[in-house]
Amino acid sequence: MPVTDPSPALQAAVEPDEAALAERFERTVAAEERIEPRDWMPEAYRKTLIRQIAQHAHSEIIGMQPEGNWITRAPSLRRKAILLAKVQDEAGHGLYLYSAAETLGVDRAELLDLLHAGRQKYSSIFNYPTPTWADVGAIGWLVDGAAIVNQVPITRCSYGPYARAMVRICKEESFHQRQGFEILHHLSSGTPEQHAMAQDAVDRWWWPSLMMFGPPDDASPNSARSMAWKIKRFSNDELRQRFVDMAVPQAEALGLTLPDPELRWDAESGHYRFGAIDWTEFHEVLRGNGPCNALRVEHRVRAHEEGAWVREAADAYAAKHAARAGAEVAA
Amino acid sequence: MSAPARVESSAPVDQPATGAGTTAATVQYLLRLGDDALVLAQRLGAQLTRAPQLEEDVALANIALDLLGQARPLLARAGELEGRGRDEDALAFLREERDFLNCQLVEQPDVDFAGTIARQLLFSCYQLPLLQALTTSADEVLAGVAGKGVKEVAYHRDHAVQWTLRLGDGTEESSRRMQAALDRLWPFAAELFESDDLVRSLAVRGVAVDPASVRPRWDADVDAVLAEAGLARPSSVRVATGGRRGLHTECFGYLLAEMQHLARSHPGATW
Repeated sequence: MPVTDPSPALQAAVEPDEAALAERFERTVAAEERIEPRDWMPEAYRKTLIRQIAQHAHSEIIGMQPEGNWITRAPSLRRKAILLAKVQDEAGHGLYLYSAAETLGVDRAELLDLLHAGRQKYSSIFNYPTPTWADVGAIGWLVDGAAIVNQVPITRCSYGPYARAMVRICKEESFHQRQGFEILHHLSSGTPEQHAMAQDAVDRWWWPSLMMFGPPDDASPNSARSMAWKIKRFSNDELRQRFVDMAVPQAEALGLTLPDPELRWDAESGHYRFGAIDWTEFHEVLRGNGPCNALRVEHRVRAHEEGAWVREAADAYAAKHAARAGAEVAA
Repeated sequence: MSAPARVESSAPVDQPATGAGTTAATVQYLLRLGDDALVLAQRLGAQLTRAPQLEEDVALANIALDLLGQARPLLARAGELEGRGRDEDALAFLREERDFLNCQLVEQPDVDFAGTIARQLLFSCYQLPLLQALTTSADEVLAGVAGKGVKEVAYHRDHAVQWTLRLGDGTEESSRRMQAALDRLWPFAAELFESDDLVRSLAVRGVAVDPASVRPRWDADVDAVLAEAGLARPSSVRVATGGRRGLHTECFGYLLAEMQHLARSHPGATW
């Protein structure tokens, strides 16, 4: 089913009462109740959710790569087990989210094709490389930390399946963030080489993590409508500030510095003030010119293409057995 | 990882009811089982993000985690009985290739998904009856790992069987690939059932299970799956051997180099 067009049957069924249905939709959203898959919803609401949930699902599965990069090299068996479980959780998050998107009338295979063709995006943060073990810690602490700040409000999203998926995802992300913090804490208080490795990783991941909240509010075109629909609850800049306020004391506890000379406590506002973000870099990475954009998509496409014969075999087997079962019933 | 590898100093700690010879043999036996699980977990872990579909990424990671979960207490127990201060990490990251006692099957590289599944089928059909028999081992750690592992490996075997049926009885290409994978890996199957004085003496004492004793069950299980999948039992004449004496195939050095590099680059560090 195409992403954009509602089915003709659905259209015919709803058109007579569209105004009444739209009013009911607005009332439901305003009353903080949930929209469920069988409920009528404006087409633009459906499209916005499909785009956002698909992008979120794609981010989970592309995000498996930078950390998966270290599974075979994790420096202790305990760390290897934790990392395996974490990357597996991300695959699980991808599965819930694709399932949530499917309740809106698209299917996973179609969304994956759009990802592979570069027609749907994933979080730009995963276009940065993980050259050292400390990057696994920095991703857990900063990237998962930023993701939690972004995602906790989505547990109250007006669309039921997305909100419910986020409840479980946020619990697991919170665990991942603590694991990342623990990796960095151990490195920071370890040998001088380990401390330097941790500081280097934080230096490289800090600014990209701030960019994860998206462009500043005055340059974020879709935000107002998503806020009205209660898909989004807080603005990009509000969430970014919340993250900085959370991260700064944690960096102090880690014994690591954040690479921003302008970072300072502002007693008047009760917030940490931070320096200007390099939005040129953000837009370059978004446009496909980050260090790993091509690598991430190529890896995903290769796994998908090399797995095609396996999926075909499973389909052929299912068809043969359905046919045999049918023949037995007929006989 | 507190102690350097291959320390030859203090004598092994005796178990109360057995002699030093038995303890040393038990250490070797624990390393055989632990290294099988560790090396297969390492291979499967490398497949994460490369599976044919997301459900398989989840499944292969699960199997890898189960195997790693078996390897860790087995290696820790080996280190404890050895009495030279080596923990699970010292044994995993600081031993040389010649000191690893895993069978050669588990180290074989993942050529394609059929190869991953064929390796899983051959190994899980061996590991399940082995662990079932080990649940009554006189070594309580071994018995405990076996008791937990039986439930896990029953799923591993089911996963491998279900995929073998689908690939064998799927498309022409999947059948060809699955047969090729079986033909390629079959020479490594016989080593699973190799018996020697060490394992036989431990079996007499109720610590180990003679792997030769699980061969009839393996033959029956594997033959049944291959027949249902329309695959031929390979008639390989070559029989690979040596893993239990620390002799490995050429691919294994690369696996260890990758696994051990970071840990070895920071001597004395903890993680």
